[in-house]
Amino acid sequence: MSYELWVILTGALVASSCSFIGCWLILRRMAMLGDAISHTALPGIVIAFLISHSLDSWAMLIGAAVFGLLTTFLVQTLHQSGVQSDAAIGVTFTSLFAVGVVLVSVYARDVHIDLAHVLYGEIAYVPWNQLVVGGVELGPRAVWMVGGTFLLSLAVIGLLYKEFKITSFDPALAAALGLPVTLLHYILMTLVSMTTVSAFESVGAILVVAMLIVPGATAYLLTDRLGIMLGMSCIIGIVTAVIGYYAAVLLNASIAGAMTTTAGTLFLLAFLFSPSHGVVMKWRAKRRLAN
Amino acid sequence: MEHPVTVENLTVAYHQKPVLREVEFSVPKGKLIGIVGPNGAGKSTLIKSILGLIPRASGEVQIFGKPYKQERRRIGYVPQRESVDWDFPTSALDVVLMGRYGHIGWFRRPSSKDKALAMSALEKVGMADYADRQISQLSGGQQQRVFLARALAQDAEIYFMDEPFVGVDAATEKAIIALLTELKHQGKTVLVVHHDLQTVTEYFDWVLLLNIRLIEFGPTEEVFTAENLQKTYGGRLSLLQESGNLSAFKA
Repeated sequence: MSYELWVILTGALVASSCSFIGCWLILRRMAMLGDAISHTALPGIVIAFLISHSLDSWAMLIGAAVFGLLTTFLVQTLHQSGVQSDAAIGVTFTSLFAVGVVLVSVYARDVHIDLAHVLYGEIAYVPWNQLVVGGVELGPRAVWMVGGTFLLSLAVIGLLYKEFKITSFDPALAAALGLPVTLLHYILMTLVSMTTVSAFESVGAILVVAMLIVPGATAYLLTDRLGIMLGMSCIIGIVTAVIGYYAAVLLNASIAGAMTTTAGTLFLLAFLFSPSHGVVMKWRAKRRLAN
Repeated sequence: MEHPVTVENLTVAYHQKPVLREVEFSVPKGKLIGIVGPNGAGKSTLIKSILGLIPRASGEVQIFGKPYKQERRRIGYVPQRESVDWDFPTSALDVVLMGRYGHIGWFRRPSSKDKALAMSALEKVGMADYADRQISQLSGGQQQRVFLARALAQDAEIYFMDEPFVGVDAATEKAIIALLTELKHQGKTVLVVHHDLQTVTEYFDWVLLLNIRLIEFGPTEEVFTAENLQKTYGGRLSLLQESGNLSAFKA
């Protein structure tokens, strides 16, 4: 496969895995929790490195997942003790992210983690970091990481689809039926953390947040069915990755930046022209009524 | 006689302040029961703590003489309509199907039998034509009917309903009360949080008067008296009387 195709494949996998899991965050009105988790992964990654002394992806995945759960737990605990939920998210993620920043700067000589890399990522380098098993190059590590976590999300959500659906729509009924609402919440947040950190390496925290929220929010405007929203968000994510890549080549710009901009543009188009929720359609319907 | 619901010494506190204190009662089978009291009396809290949705500071709840956890499937629950997001991307039939989830079990998908049951529940509330409609496109009354259909799909013996008449049209209110009466005739027990004092005698066989403590619980004609309402509502009742809201109620 060519260099170009690997980059596009990575972008498409990042976009679809993030938007698939992000749909659930949007429906649970927890979009900002996704933002928080994508930042608190930093101290998780650094601590995982300090313990394992390697930049092994699996150690980082575990470190980030632990910190994702810690974030979710802290936000929930603060909220239950009377702190407003958005304030609880703000306090938790800035504090933990700052701990990560301090750790990186203290151990700067030992930790080869570049803050700019964490925030913006560098998808252009992805094809050169190959997964090698027994001397055979099996493709970029990022593709395996992101693809693996995406398959895991698909499997878990596929198995627990109706459970996630009811806990998202009506947690009170779900609890009355005896479903472990809190456990399901933590399972979802583990998936969010793992998706975030696996996408992180190649595209950085900012594109991760964009991909978690924007394609899902776009799909939300275009359909009234949960299943279709999930599928559509993945397709929008893939389209975003392809358009974003070629736009970046054309403009000689940052690939992650071009992809995020594309995602925002597609959202704007849906916001204006969606047949059911679009501003323009609503305006036209209103005019027709007025006449 | 076997009691569908028995509550003993139930206390619920929120930030150390009791919102329910030492509530005790036993519900008789096959009755339509109104839970009545002023705002902040703990009516919704009572239902939620019975269902285990909020922690109890103390107290025991038994369903047919057994712990709640063992008897979940015999209970149907209709939360307040505003408690969910009606913009959620799903159809009316899908929402009703959620009532079957307790019976379906983990990992499995709803069967065609579950779908048929959900469809017949929608028919019973007169909403069969709206099965595929996105739920945000329904009126308040229609949404409430969907919630009711979902409870019917739970195929329970005891129903808890939190303010089912709020924000619904007169036709829906009548349809709901007819349905609840039918459930009662099938030997089911229905507990309804209600705040319209005018319709209490018309709708309910039994009344539970609540204001943090249990004021009185019994057949409507014995319990729903001026004296007991005074105890439940305190000074707020005189305001209601002055505005003529209580004309229907016999002293």
